[in-house]
Amino acid sequence: MGEALSLTKIDSARQRAVAEALRAFLPAHAVLWQEEDTRPYECDGLTAYRNVPMVVALPETEAQVQRVLRTCHAMQVPVVPRGAGTGLSGGALPRGDGVLLSLAKFMRVLRIDPLARVAVVQPGVRNAAISDVVSAFGLYYAPDPSSQIACSIGGNVAENSGGVHCLKYGLTVHNVLKVRGFTVDGEPVAFGSEALDAPGYDLLALAIGSEGMLAVTTEVTVKLLPKPQAAQVVMASFGDVETAGHAVAAIVAAGIVPAGLEMMDQPATRAVEAYVNAGYDLEAAAILLCECDGTPEEVADEIARVREVLARAGATRTSVSRDEPERLRFWSGRKAAFPAVGRISPDYYCMDGTIPRKRLGEVLNFIGEMERKYGLRCPNVFHAGDGNLHPLILFDAASADELRRTEQFAAEVLEKCVAVGGTITGEHGVGVEKIDQMCVQFAPAELEAFHALKRAFDPKGLLNPGKAVPTLRRCAEFGRMHVRGGQLPHPELPRF
Amino acid sequence: MDAAIGALAERIRAAAESRRPLRIRGGGSKDFYGDELKGEVLDTRACTGLISYEPSELVVTARSGTPLAELEAALAEKGQMLAFEPPHFGSGATLGGCVAAGLSGPRRAAAGALRDFVLGVRLIDGRGRALTFGGQVMKNVAGYDVSRLLAGSLGTLGLIVEASLKVLPRPQQEITLGFEMPAARALQSCNRWAGLPLPISATAWHDDRLRVRLSGAASALRAAAARLGGDALDEPAAAQYWTAIREQTDRFFAGEAPLWRLSLPSGTAPLALPGAQLIEWSGALRWLRTGAAAAAVRAAAAHAGGHATLFRAAEKQAGAFTPLAPELARLHREIKAAFDPAGILSPGRMYPEF
Repeated sequence: MGEALSLTKIDSARQRAVAEALRAFLPAHAVLWQEEDTRPYECDGLTAYRNVPMVVALPETEAQVQRVLRTCHAMQVPVVPRGAGTGLSGGALPRGDGVLLSLAKFMRVLRIDPLARVAVVQPGVRNAAISDVVSAFGLYYAPDPSSQIACSIGGNVAENSGGVHCLKYGLTVHNVLKVRGFTVDGEPVAFGSEALDAPGYDLLALAIGSEGMLAVTTEVTVKLLPKPQAAQVVMASFGDVETAGHAVAAIVAAGIVPAGLEMMDQPATRAVEAYVNAGYDLEAAAILLCECDGTPEEVADEIARVREVLARAGATRTSVSRDEPERLRFWSGRKAAFPAVGRISPDYYCMDGTIPRKRLGEVLNFIGEMERKYGLRCPNVFHAGDGNLHPLILFDAASADELRRTEQFAAEVLEKCVAVGGTITGEHGVGVEKIDQMCVQFAPAELEAFHALKRAFDPKGLLNPGKAVPTLRRCAEFGRMHVRGGQLPHPELPRF
Repeated sequence: MDAAIGALAERIRAAAESRRPLRIRGGGSKDFYGDELKGEVLDTRACTGLISYEPSELVVTARSGTPLAELEAALAEKGQMLAFEPPHFGSGATLGGCVAAGLSGPRRAAAGALRDFVLGVRLIDGRGRALTFGGQVMKNVAGYDVSRLLAGSLGTLGLIVEASLKVLPRPQQEITLGFEMPAARALQSCNRWAGLPLPISATAWHDDRLRVRLSGAASALRAAAARLGGDALDEPAAAQYWTAIREQTDRFFAGEAPLWRLSLPSGTAPLALPGAQLIEWSGALRWLRTGAAAAAVRAAAAHAGGHATLFRAAEKQAGAFTPLAPELARLHREIKAAFDPAGILSPGRMYPEF
C-alpha cells in the first residue's frame, strides 16, 4: 500500500509529547494512546488495512477541535479525521505517526427548521437519525447509504455518499447546504450557506467528497424533503443479466426516473434470501427492484408504465409490493446484501466502479472471466439506475494468496470500468484502497491539479495525507500509465 | 475540431507567457454579469458541437461553444431537458457560458442548480494544459470535484472546452395556478407547500400576485391543483410567463434601476428594503430593483443569512459579488493560483484581487 501504510511504527517519545500537548486542554478520557485503547481505531470499514494510531483525540466542542488542529499543526503531526468508521475505502485509516481525530462525540441535532426544510446537525449524527428526528414534520433526509443506521453525516460529507435513491434524489452533494469546520491550521471556515448558493467558487462542492483532506467538518446543514405520500416497488425477474440491463435503459428511455432502480444477480439473491427471506425469485438470473414514489395517483400511473416497459423488455415475472411491510421486505434483501454475503464467505471485497449503463453486459461478462481467471466467486449487486456496480469478491483473508488474487481481480475490474468510460469509485471513495487505480483514471497534469488544490487548503500536507490522490512518483512505480483514447496525453511532459 | 481546441490552448499558453489577460467569451450574452471585463477576447464559438447524447443514459456531452438553444432543441426532440432551466439572456448563449456563469432558472428550487447537473468538464487551464475531470456517469467520487468547482467560476480558473450534463425527461404535463396575496403570505404559503409532497416546479411572486407551476403526471397535477386552489392560467400564457421570468424579459426587469439578486434562506420574512421585489424559488431568490446603497442591501442579505449580487447596473463600484470572509478569500486566491498562476484568465471578473 506504500506511503500511507508504511508509517506503522510509533515513536514513543513523540507519542508522549503529542499526548501531553493534547492533555493540556482535553480531559484524560479524550486522549487515548495506550495500545489497548487505540487498537479499536486501527481500521475503518475496510478491515483489510490496519494501522494503530499514535494518539486518538476525542474532542467534544468546536473549540477543542480547533485546539487539536492548532496543536498538531504546530508540532507537524498528521491528523486523520474519523466519523463512525464505516467507510469502505480506508479513508480513515490511521497513521502510526499521527493523531486520529474522532468526531464521534459530536452527536447533537442543533436545529430543525421545518418551514425552511433544513436541519443543522453535528457531524457524528447518524444518517438515519436525521430522518428519524424530522419524521414528525413529514420530512426526511434523502441520501440513504446501505450503512445508514451506523454511518455519520460527517463521514457522508467526506465521501459524498449515495444510496439506493440517488438517481432521483441525488448524492450528499445535492442534499447538503452548508458545512462548517476548520482548516488544518485551525482556521474556522464555512462552505455554502442556508441560501441555495454562496458567493465565489463552489467550495461546498469541493469539500464534499474530499475524503477529509481539505477541512475538518464540525457542523452540517442538510436539506430536508417532504416524505413521499406513497411508494411501491416492482420486482422483476430476468433470464439473463444482459436483458435486465437493457430493461433498465428501457425504463429510463420511457421518460421514467424511478426513486430507486437496483439489480442483483442470482448468486447475490441466493445469499440474501438465505439470510433475510426477502421473497426474491431464486430461479431468475437477475432481479430488478424498481421503486416509484410520489402522490398515490403518480405512483399508480408510474407503476403501470414500469410494468408495461418491463414486460416488453423481457421480464419473466413481475410483482408489485402490496403494502408497506412488503415494500420494506423487498428492500431488506438489497440493503442486507453485504452482510448476507459476509455469511457465505470468510471475507468479501466490495468494489464500487461506475459505468455507462449501456456497457453493463460487457462489464458483467468481464467480471465472469475474472472469476474464472482468479478462481474466486463474485456475486453482484448494482445501483442499476445510475450505473454504480458493487461486485463482491469472496475470499479468505487468512490465505495470503487469496488476498493477493482478490486485489488483482479488483484492480482489473476497476481498470475495465475506466476503459468503458466510467470511474473507479461511485460512492465509496478512493481512500487507500483505490489509490493506484487513480493513476489509470487521471493523467499526471490532473493529479497535479488535485495536489495543487490540496496545497491551497493544507500547504504542509498534514490533513489525512497519503489518501485519495497518488503522488506522480507512486504512479510511476505502479507502472500503469494513464491512457485516453489510445494516446498518451501531453507528450510534452516528462514520464516517470 | 481538435484543431480549434489546440488553437485556444496555444492562445492561453502565449498569453500566460506574456502575462496578457484574456477574457473568455462565448456568445457574450452574460457580459453584463460580474465585475470588470479585462483583456483580449478569447472567443470559444469555434469549439462547437454535440459530442454524445444518449437519452437512455440521461447524459449529454457537448463542446463549450455549442449554442445553448441548439443543445436544448436536441434534448427536446427526445423529450428531455436541462432541468435547471438555465437563463440564456440572449440568442447567442453558449453551453460554456452557461456553465461558467452557473445560473439557474425557475425550476432550480425543485430540481437543483446547474452545478447539481454537471457531471464532467474538459478544460484548458491557465498554463494551456488540457485537463479532464469527472465524466459521463451519475456517481463519481474519484478525486476532488473540480467539475462543480468550475460551475460559476466565470472563466477565472480555465477555459471549459467540453461539458457533460445530466439531463431529465420533460414533465408529462405542466399547469400554472395564480393567487392574489401579499409577499408575507406568499412566502409562508410557498414554504409550507414546499414541505408537502406536491409536484411544485416553480414559484414567482410580484405585484401581489403569486404564480405556482406544477409539473408531473396529469393525475398528480389534478390532485395538487384541487388541494392548492387558485386560478389556472391558460397554457400558452403560462409558458410565456415562465420564459419571461427565466429570461428577465418581464416588465419587472425593464428600466434603469439597478437589479440586485438576493440569495436568502427561503423562510426569510419580506425584507424592508426600498424598491420593487420579485420573489422566486419559494423565497430563496429575491430580485430587487433599488437605488439603495449597496452596503444597506448587502447588510440586509447578510443579516438574513444570505448574500446579495449587484446583477445588472450601469455602474458596479460596490463590486458585483458579496466580499468573502478573509479565510475564504485566501482559499480563493490559492485556488486561482493553482489553475492560473499567471493570473491571465478573466482577471477581476469575480473579485478585484484575482
